[in-house]
Amino acid sequence: MPSNSHRFSGVGPDQTYRDYLSNQQFLLPQCQSCNEFHFFPRVVCPHCGGFDLEWKALSGLGEVHSTTTIRRKPERGGNYNVCLVTLDEGPRLMSRIEGTDSLTVNIGDRVKAHINNESDEAFVVFNLLTEAP
Amino acid sequence: MSNNLRGSSAIVGVGLAGCGEAHGRMPLDILAEATHNALDDAGLKLSDVDGLFTGSSYHFMPTLSTAEYLGIKPRFSDGSMVGGSSFVAHTLNAAMAIKTGQCDVALICYGSNQRTAGGKLATMSEQQIYEAPYKPRYPISSYALAAARHMHQYGTTREQLADVAVAARQWAQLNPAAFAQDDLTRQDVLNSRMISDPLSLLDCCLVTDGGGAVIMVSSERAKDFPNKPVYLLGTGTAHWHRQITQMPDLTVTAALDAGKRAFEMAKLTKDDVDVVELYDAFTINTILFLEDLGFCAKGEGGAFVENGNIAPGGSLPVNTNGGGLSCVHPGMYGIFILIEAIQQLRGGCGARQVDNPEVALVNGNGGVLSSQVTTILGTEAVL
Repeated sequence: MPSNSHRFSGVGPDQTYRDYLSNQQFLLPQCQSCNEFHFFPRVVCPHCGGFDLEWKALSGLGEVHSTTTIRRKPERGGNYNVCLVTLDEGPRLMSRIEGTDSLTVNIGDRVKAHINNESDEAFVVFNLLTEAP
Repeated sequence: MSNNLRGSSAIVGVGLAGCGEAHGRMPLDILAEATHNALDDAGLKLSDVDGLFTGSSYHFMPTLSTAEYLGIKPRFSDGSMVGGSSFVAHTLNAAMAIKTGQCDVALICYGSNQRTAGGKLATMSEQQIYEAPYKPRYPISSYALAAARHMHQYGTTREQLADVAVAARQWAQLNPAAFAQDDLTRQDVLNSRMISDPLSLLDCCLVTDGGGAVIMVSSERAKDFPNKPVYLLGTGTAHWHRQITQMPDLTVTAALDAGKRAFEMAKLTKDDVDVVELYDAFTINTILFLEDLGFCAKGEGGAFVENGNIAPGGSLPVNTNGGGLSCVHPGMYGIFILIEAIQQLRGGCGARQVDNPEVALVNGNGGVLSSQVTTILGTEAVL
């Protein structure tokens, strides 16, 4: 008989991630075998194949790994930022830097996460961190 | 084991169709014309084709739709989909199929009406759910993030990116079939409308219609055809990610592995390569692939492409048809770099012909720098 044991229970990782965000919490799975976090959330650790994952709150701190400004005419809403942020806990995700002109965002800038609730689905965005972390 | 494939199959026919604008035509109309052009070139009939290799952004089951349209009943089919690199990857699968007797005459083919379809079916990819809230422009923003990182780490400049576009245009001006023929300067590129920093409009490939087809057979019978055979010496494939967030290092592509695998199979080194065809969806691609394939050190790609080094008359002929930047780019471009390499090795490319090339390298790209496939082709002299 092939093994068919339940390796995890409850809703899947995507729904879990979104449920936390809608509760204004930013968590990601951390592998209890290799201690690595990963993004995007999966049922199995992409670093070591471990299934023993625990959702852990993140510091929200990170660094701009790369950044681009999407050019858009002012009458269509103006320019906006798209970036990659590497979290202090390790994973890298796509996001945007808010609260500043996108053209002033630099690779290496320290940033702090907050949750954007403007649309139906909450998502993580970042602000430049001006004070020392 | 892999060395058993070196030189075991050869390309004996190529065809193009509908490059530029093909008004009122569907993707498979264009594919079919390219296929028949390739069959004519090889002196073969449609009924000789018993292996089909194709990919599509329009047809969920591309081999079924293509065979039905053409009116063939292949005994071996492969619709492996790794974006624009698919058709380069198909050379390896076709070589394996021919070597193991799964088919005798392999057809690798593609067609697209991306330009004249005017936005219909414009979505080339499923939405990436963790990227969607941020509204990146697909695919340019992913390439822009890689370019920005390369500039940050290595001091690569927009001027150097522009030089890639200028070199491609200079090649295009030697190719009457290339879509973009106007003079282009570095300043023109720098002055063009910024889309997603640091990439401006003229850092981006064309959007054209077009189709291409390649016919492969066993090397044992390759001399039975009208054209000088071009032998498949090696193909290597590699992919490390799908979405840009998952790319291990934004400045290093999987061409690092694909190239090593292809050179290993071909038993050649980069010093043996006479002409290079790289998938230049954006100017940064050419720089990244020249580095990852070993033509210059990591971080030195910007300096390498400066001052006409890859332009006509430069030290390394790169993208001799004018590239995706200036010749043709109908959604997926892989088949066209393959065809240009084959034409160069056959000779007879007119003003853009490289001087007696014996070895050509092709590097296909798929997704957002995601899939890389390197193929090395050669004439009988290097078999």
